[in-house]
Amino acid sequence: MKKLTPIIEWGTLLFCTGLVCFFLILIIGDIVGKGLSVLTWEFVSTLPSKGMTKGGVLPAIIGTVMLTLITALVAAPFGISCAVYLNEYAPNTWLTRLIRASIRNLAGVPSIIYGLFGLALFVQGLHMGTSLLSAGFTLGLLSLPYIITTTEEALRRIPASTREAALGVGATQFESIRDMVLPTALPGILTGLVLTLSRAAGETAPILFTGVAFYINNPTGYLNQEFMALPYHLYMLSTQHQAIEEVRPLAYGTALVLILVVFILNSTAFYIRYKHSRNEG
Amino acid sequence: MQLSAKEKIDLTAKWLFQATGILIIAILGGIFFMLLWNTIAFLIQVKPLDFITGTQWNPSGSPATYGILPLLVSTCLVTLGAMLIAIPVGIGTAAFLSEYASKHVRNILKPAIEMLAAVPSVAIGFLGIVVLSPQLGELSNQPNGLNALNGAILLAIMALPTIITVTEDALHSLPPSYKEASFGLGANRWQTLCKITIPASAPGILAAVMLGVGRALGETMTVLMATGNASAFPKGFFHSVRTITATIAIEMGEVPYQTTHYYSLFAIATVLFLFTLIVNLIGEYYVNKFKKYQAA
Repeated sequence: MKKLTPIIEWGTLLFCTGLVCFFLILIIGDIVGKGLSVLTWEFVSTLPSKGMTKGGVLPAIIGTVMLTLITALVAAPFGISCAVYLNEYAPNTWLTRLIRASIRNLAGVPSIIYGLFGLALFVQGLHMGTSLLSAGFTLGLLSLPYIITTTEEALRRIPASTREAALGVGATQFESIRDMVLPTALPGILTGLVLTLSRAAGETAPILFTGVAFYINNPTGYLNQEFMALPYHLYMLSTQHQAIEEVRPLAYGTALVLILVVFILNSTAFYIRYKHSRNEG
Repeated sequence: MQLSAKEKIDLTAKWLFQATGILIIAILGGIFFMLLWNTIAFLIQVKPLDFITGTQWNPSGSPATYGILPLLVSTCLVTLGAMLIAIPVGIGTAAFLSEYASKHVRNILKPAIEMLAAVPSVAIGFLGIVVLSPQLGELSNQPNGLNALNGAILLAIMALPTIITVTEDALHSLPPSYKEASFGLGANRWQTLCKITIPASAPGILAAVMLGVGRALGETMTVLMATGNASAFPKGFFHSVRTITATIAIEMGEVPYQTTHYYSLFAIATVLFLFTLIVNLIGEYYVNKFKKYQAA
């Protein structure tokens, strides 16, 4: 018995770790295994046809790419600017603490509540309607806390001597930030930005009421119109379609494209981080 | 450029940066105000007591009933199930990573966990339909396995990366002298782990659990796809349930603007918001506690 105990103990921990790996392999394996045969050039370059039982996912790909771009354009300037304020300017006052508390709380707000906020503010309040722009703005808000946190971390790693050198040769604080601090922190900022965007690209709940559509027949994403997106397309094909069993292969194909988009964005972020860490060392 | 012009630009830039900081407060305030405003509009039309204690959610029936209990119990049931799976597995994996795994194994496992965290929720929900549902259906002798257990397993998968990462941080940040003292007294690795390392990192582990709970409570797509969404009062893990998030997702698209039904969805969102807020605040309290500990 005494000899067995270490094996049981060790086995428990190994079982837990194995279970986590099993989940990952199950997810990737199932989607890649069953989606790969569907993934052809035709699948990613044609419109859905015959009530979405045939054809491809081109409008959903374009929709997701456009949506992610708008999210970046909204969230990056605001997020980076807020992080610069917090790290470079903010005195330790109640206002600063309130801003930090707000960021932490925003990060914990469920994504469906961002959807409600986008609906109330952009769709109805600002009369932007259910559109690509409304959805992009909503996802932009959702991404802000993550971009601020990662940017601030990148800024914090810049040594004080960088700023002091700029100030010492007569630069104003703004010039020091613009010409020294931000360019030095750029790889770190980009890593955080791309990781955040990969999250935003996979989000469904916030765009449900703010602009995503079952089907549109033009692949060019107009800013003021409804759009298709990969995550919603997958949701729709797997739960809402009249012929669910018949479109299952298409659902697998869509899932594979979605996962590829997310993983490509993730790998880009890790590549930037890796290259930067090598340059530093 | 003139010095005075430079100073003006410098000052303007500072104001602009500060304005974006204040914008963040405005966004949180805006979300809070929107929820509160619509909830008040709802509570004028429906008695608060009926809302909190009502056991039936049927806004399209006549008379319409707006009882939040079935939704709240569903949300709590699925979250509880998810945590019963994710907490032991998460702590076990974190312990394996920080105490047993070699550097080589860690270098493989850590990116794998990050990859799991990156999988979109809708893809996990899809797996719940195509892989988990037939299995669970067979297990419970029902035509499909779209029930609370399915949602709980999926939410556990989604909460695991958060729980593992934060727990491992907590285990790792413990001063080595704790373990050395334990080894010195003749305890083996397992005894040290169970009696010293895990109890001493309890605040950090609690923070990890709270962050996981917060994620599970607010998750929409996986539960929407995997739990079957029957609006009856939840009866157990092998029955279909409908969470707060799923109810909002299903009904918001169909309701006319500014009706009682429309307001009611904001009211249940407010309850969800308060729940996640409390859970996150508790989590933050313990994160600060173990950070303080780490510094000392």
